[in-house]
Amino acid sequence: MAMQKYSVFSLIKNAFKGHKDWEVAWKDPTPKAEYDVIIIGGGGHGLATAYYLAKEHNITKVAIIEKGWIGGGNVGRNTTIIRSNYMHDENGLFSEFGMDLWRNMSLDLNFNVMFSPRGIINLAHSDAQMNAYSRRGNSMRLNGIDAVLLNREEVKKIIPMADFSENVRFPIFGGLMQPSAGTARHDAVAWGYARQADSMGVDIIQNCEVTGFDVSNGKILGIRTSKGEIKAKKIGLCVAGSTNVLAEKLNMTLPIETHLLQACVSEPIKPILDNVVTFGAGHFYCSQSDKGEMVMGGDLDGYNSYAQRGNLPTLQHVLTEGIAMFPFLSKLKMLRTWGGIMDMSMDGSPIIDKTHIEGLYLNCGWCYGGFKATPASGWTFAHTIAQDKPHKLNEGYSLNRFSTGHLIDEKGLGTKTWIS
Amino acid sequence: MLYILCPHCGLRPQTEFSYGGDATVKRPELNKEISDQDWDNFVYLRKSPRGKHLELWQHISGCRQWIKVERDTLTHEIFTTYKASENT
Repeated sequence: MAMQKYSVFSLIKNAFKGHKDWEVAWKDPTPKAEYDVIIIGGGGHGLATAYYLAKEHNITKVAIIEKGWIGGGNVGRNTTIIRSNYMHDENGLFSEFGMDLWRNMSLDLNFNVMFSPRGIINLAHSDAQMNAYSRRGNSMRLNGIDAVLLNREEVKKIIPMADFSENVRFPIFGGLMQPSAGTARHDAVAWGYARQADSMGVDIIQNCEVTGFDVSNGKILGIRTSKGEIKAKKIGLCVAGSTNVLAEKLNMTLPIETHLLQACVSEPIKPILDNVVTFGAGHFYCSQSDKGEMVMGGDLDGYNSYAQRGNLPTLQHVLTEGIAMFPFLSKLKMLRTWGGIMDMSMDGSPIIDKTHIEGLYLNCGWCYGGFKATPASGWTFAHTIAQDKPHKLNEGYSLNRFSTGHLIDEKGLGTKTWIS
Repeated sequence: MLYILCPHCGLRPQTEFSYGGDATVKRPELNKEISDQDWDNFVYLRKSPRGKHLELWQHISGCRQWIKVERDTLTHEIFTTYKASENT
C-alpha cells in the first residue's frame, strides 16, 4: 500500500474529516525470525541507515532494534546544530556531503524537518585565534565549504547584543562564519526517516533490548533480545553512548569512553538571535529556537557516565561563559535542562567501519557532533554494510586508525576525551 | 554536586577535584619489548563500563594529591576512595 503523502491538500482533506483518517506513521511489528540486515539502535543514525539501505541499495528486509522508543536518545537530546566547518579533509568532505542531504531532506522524506540555514559564527578572542580561524576557513574553502572571516565590526553588525564593551576579559576580535550552517527540528528528523523506512518495508521494533550476540567462527549469525532470537548475516551497531555496553558482550574493547553532556533552554523570548553563535574562550554555544527559547550547551560533565542526567556545577560553568558572551542571558529563567550520553572517541572523530567479526559493522564515536552527521552517517553506514566495504567518504573513519597512527584530531586534544 | 571523600582531607565537593580517567589502565613497562598492540591498549582502548568504575581524580584545589575513586557510572554513587599508592 502506498504511503499517505503529507501536503497542504492532505491536511485540508483530513481537516474536513476531523483528522480521524490519518494513517499511522510507522507500524509496530513483531520481529521476524530472520532479516538480511539488523540495525541496533533506533536513533537518528540507525533510522537513517535503514532508510538509505532501502532507498540506495534496495535492501528492505531490515529490522531496527530499539531498547526504548525511537528518537528517545541523543537525537531527541541535542541542540539541533548542523554545520560542516571542519579543517581536516575527512571531516570537511564527509560533513559537506551531509549538508547536501540536509538541504534536500524535507522533500526527500516528505516530512518538514524545518532545516534553517541561519549560519554559525565561531567567535575569536585573540589575534592567535583569528589566525587559526583564517587557516580553518581557508581549509574549508579548499574543500568547497563556505567560510567567511569576520572582523570585530562585522560581528557586531550581526550580533549587537553580544558583549562588545571595553575591559571585558575575553574581547571579541572577530569570528569565522559558515553562512550555510544552521539548525533543524531534531524529532522530525527521526520521525521522517522512521516513516519512510517503515513504508519501504523496514521493521521498527521498539522496547526490545539486545541481550547478546550469536557469533561463530568469526562470523555474526544473529542477536538475542528481550523479544527472542533474531538471525541476520549483517548487523550494524548505531548505539552512541551504549556502544561500550554492547562491545563488552562481543568481547571487544574500543577507543571510546561514554560521557555525559548537558544542554538547556531558557524561557521563550521575542526573536533576538538569528544565528548559531559559539564562544571562543571556552565551550558554549547558543541559538534561538522557533518557539523563542535560547538553546544552549557546552562542556561534558567531565567523568565517565551513563546517567543521561546532569550535574549543576557543569551547567553553572557553561552558563557563566554564556553570560560573558551574551550578558542579557543572565535575566532569563531556565525552562529545561537535560543530559545525554556521548560516545567520545579518542581523537574526537567518529568510527564507521567493519570489525574483525565478519558481518558486524560499527558506527560510533560521534562525540559532540552526532546530530548534524545523521544523514551522512546513515548514508555511508548503509553503503559500508551493503557493499561490505567503506565508502570513500568514511574511509578515514576506520577503527584501526588509532593503532596505525592515522588520527583525525580536529581539536588537537589527544586522548583525554573529557578535556574541552 | 558529587561529594568525594579525599583520603587526605575528608569529604569535599567535586569542584575541588579534576578527573583523571580509568585507574586500571597500566602503562607498558620500560625497557621491555612492547608491541604496537600493547601501546594501543594503553593509549586508546577503554572498557568504559556501565556500573562500577575505578578512576583517578586529583584534589587539585586541595592537597593536590592523586587519589583513586570507585564510582558507579550509572548512578554516580561513590563507594570507596583510596590513596593513589593503596592497592584496591
